[in-house]
Amino acid sequence: MRGFLTAKGIIGGGIVVIVLLTALFAPLLIPDTWATQMDMRARLSGPTLAHPLGTDQLGRDLMYRMLLGAQTSIMIAGTAVLMSLVIGLPLGVISGYFGGWIDNVLMRLVDTLLAFPALLLALTISAVLGPNLTNTIIAIGIAFTPYLARIIRGEALRVAQMPYVEAARAVGTPDTLMIIRHVLPNIMPPVIVQVTISLAFAILAEAGLSFLGLGTQPPDASWGLMIQASRDFLDVAPLTALVPGAAVAITVLGLNMFGDVLRDVLDPRTQ
Amino acid sequence: MTKPIVEIQGLRVSFGGTPAVKDVSFAIQPGETVCVVGESGSGKSVTSLSLMRLVEFGGGDILDGRLLLERADGPLDLATAGAATMQDIRGNEIGMIFQEPMTSLNPVFTIERQLTDGLRMHEPLSAAQARTRALDLLREVRIPEPERRLRQYPHELSGGMRQRVVIAIAMACRPRLLIADEPTTALDVTIQAEILALINRLKRETGMAVMFITHDMAVVAQIADRVVVMYQGDVVETGTAAEIFATPKAEYTRALLAAVPRLGEMRGKPAPEPLRLVGDTHDPVPLTPRDTPEPLLEVRNLTTRFPVKGGILRRTVAQVHAVEDVSFTVNKGETLSLVGESGCGKSSCGRSILRLVEPVSGSVYLGGENVLAQTKRDMRAMRRHMQMIFQDPFASLNPYMRLQAQLTEPMQNYGLDNRADRAAALFDRVGLPRSFMRRFPHELSGGQRQRIAIARALAVSPGLIVADEAVSALDVSVQAQVLNLMMELQADLGLSYLFISHDMAVVERVSHHVAVMYLGRIVEIGPRAAVFENPHHPYTQALLQAVPIADPARRKLDTDVSFKPIPSPIHPLDHRPAPSVYDTVGPGHRVIQNSDYA
Repeated sequence: MRGFLTAKGIIGGGIVVIVLLTALFAPLLIPDTWATQMDMRARLSGPTLAHPLGTDQLGRDLMYRMLLGAQTSIMIAGTAVLMSLVIGLPLGVISGYFGGWIDNVLMRLVDTLLAFPALLLALTISAVLGPNLTNTIIAIGIAFTPYLARIIRGEALRVAQMPYVEAARAVGTPDTLMIIRHVLPNIMPPVIVQVTISLAFAILAEAGLSFLGLGTQPPDASWGLMIQASRDFLDVAPLTALVPGAAVAITVLGLNMFGDVLRDVLDPRTQ
Repeated sequence: MTKPIVEIQGLRVSFGGTPAVKDVSFAIQPGETVCVVGESGSGKSVTSLSLMRLVEFGGGDILDGRLLLERADGPLDLATAGAATMQDIRGNEIGMIFQEPMTSLNPVFTIERQLTDGLRMHEPLSAAQARTRALDLLREVRIPEPERRLRQYPHELSGGMRQRVVIAIAMACRPRLLIADEPTTALDVTIQAEILALINRLKRETGMAVMFITHDMAVVAQIADRVVVMYQGDVVETGTAAEIFATPKAEYTRALLAAVPRLGEMRGKPAPEPLRLVGDTHDPVPLTPRDTPEPLLEVRNLTTRFPVKGGILRRTVAQVHAVEDVSFTVNKGETLSLVGESGCGKSSCGRSILRLVEPVSGSVYLGGENVLAQTKRDMRAMRRHMQMIFQDPFASLNPYMRLQAQLTEPMQNYGLDNRADRAAALFDRVGLPRSFMRRFPHELSGGQRQRIAIARALAVSPGLIVADEAVSALDVSVQAQVLNLMMELQADLGLSYLFISHDMAVVERVSHHVAVMYLGRIVEIGPRAAVFENPHHPYTQALLQAVPIADPARRKLDTDVSFKPIPSPIHPLDHRPAPSVYDTVGPGHRVIQNSDYA
């Protein structure tokens, strides 16, 4: 665990912890109304004493919206990516490890999903299931699954051909144990990287859905919704985009750093 | 004494603070071959790369020392020469050959382009003139059909031919010094013999000096005028080849030479015998021959083919005939070696027996049970009785598992108890300290890892171990220790080995019986002494002739040698090869009648 105590580990881990704490506790500490109250005289304002990070087009405080939006964004992105991992990991591992017709069937399925742009897919699913939080998560989760499954399959395919897998087969290791002991640990590094990147894209995907009225419903806040809403006011009030944008960027940066460090900590060779 | 062409004085090189070469000094006279020999990490390659000033591109720093190159206008210190000067010297005054002929040629350029590029860089030649020179060079390295080769790309040439092209490129500007960094390590033994003879001839004809980097004492004995022995960044001994081999002074040189198996030294011995290593207090105990051989593994007419897929539908368009009608028997407590060059099917044969690949036909009986008839579940139970040791100890251990877990895994698979105790006993057995049990593979050296691989194979007490090039990736001193361990285990536990190797000298050392494979078939099989001392098949004879012997008094590469290239084992789907038919030429000694070796 000493691996976490590097500059990268401390900064990355610190950001992740702060973002998670914000997502957890901001809604408990900050009343909803602070983020939805409209200050019509201070619309699209820059930083002031009353609004340290400025306001949006309806005069709502950007700081509070950013803090409260954290929960929605993190929860949707986190759960959606977790869901795509839960589906994509077994799909990819089974495809890559067993190969043959199983691989062909599963991967043609995945290719079909890949043929649609992720957002379009999420949009369709969301539209069919109806606009609410759970369905948004399901939509993003399914839309992101093929990407993850593809990468995991490639890695599993590579690992399945490694001599240590053949060696384990020669000592009689059954397939399930083989996957758990030999394949999974060895495909983890690229999977961790892909997951951290997916989280960032999921936050933005939620924004796209929200913009079309299929994600977060106003007056609730989410980072993606805030970025979408800012597009008409970029020239007069850049903060409307910068504040949620910075929140996404810093979160993603923290996740990437944390993912890197996690990968190193899990790899016995780097200790 | 003439002036040396190159003189290295007090060279020190480090990589990011880690010293790689500590204090190296030696000189190379015009027209002589200096072999720099050492095991991995000895700094031999770093020394040669420093001379070319290529070491900087790999992240190394020349800290100290002088690299004097004798030129018409006096000596030039390459260690401080500018980039432009070095560019002029590289390829022009010093030529270099690299280890891997597959990757040291650029795959997207024709042979002509790669040959003429260097020429035209250093000399004002027209395209036509350069082409003529390129043709001359290809003839000089004895490449057949040179005109056609010029238009070809590297992938169209065989490994041996590629290495000839690499040599031709290095020779293009008539360098006064040729640096060859393990130029034959990746090649088969017959091609190695050809390349060594070629370098010898070029040296004689052009009078250039050769700095030859190698780990192989047998190669050194065949070509060296003088030898520089390196160990962990230091020169431990220099001398003429005869001195080094006859009266080695340094402890390390003696240990290195003791570890080298020499072809022919087992003559007259009835059974395999461990090598006598420096530091051994007692003489090695030869394995006692068994009075009544008892068959353990019987392979009959084994045939394995791999499909070659092609076309848009990925249909099977041809087949690789990897193993073709192979039959042999391994007795209890004995070693049968499968020997041959790359692509001869020896590995596929071993893996077919364990059913890591599925054979097409034939039968494999282990202790009377038909291995090929087992269902998937029964096969798992069967594997307990036959285990495998793989070639690459770095890749055959899961990097994420502790060593103890690697050893207990097979026991767990077969429901054995007292796994921790057994694992500890196995650590003792293969000579590793028990404190290693909690470690990960990367914390071990190559030899230690191979001991773990052996311990893993022993974990379920099998009767047969298939060792697929089990010592090929190891340094020679480590190789000797692992070979001795394997023979000791055989004596103590009555193990049978199917020993797969390309190294004739190692095979002679460890085998009771030997089978020589060529193009998927066994061309000659018999007791070790019969095959090595009285080889009947022309291919066996060629192999034995090609093997370098670690004895400078027995040189055999003074004239050009050439062996027949191995034809392709790929045949169309309707190809029906004839069965293997053997003549018996001695007790248990059989030679094929109908091989493809013309």
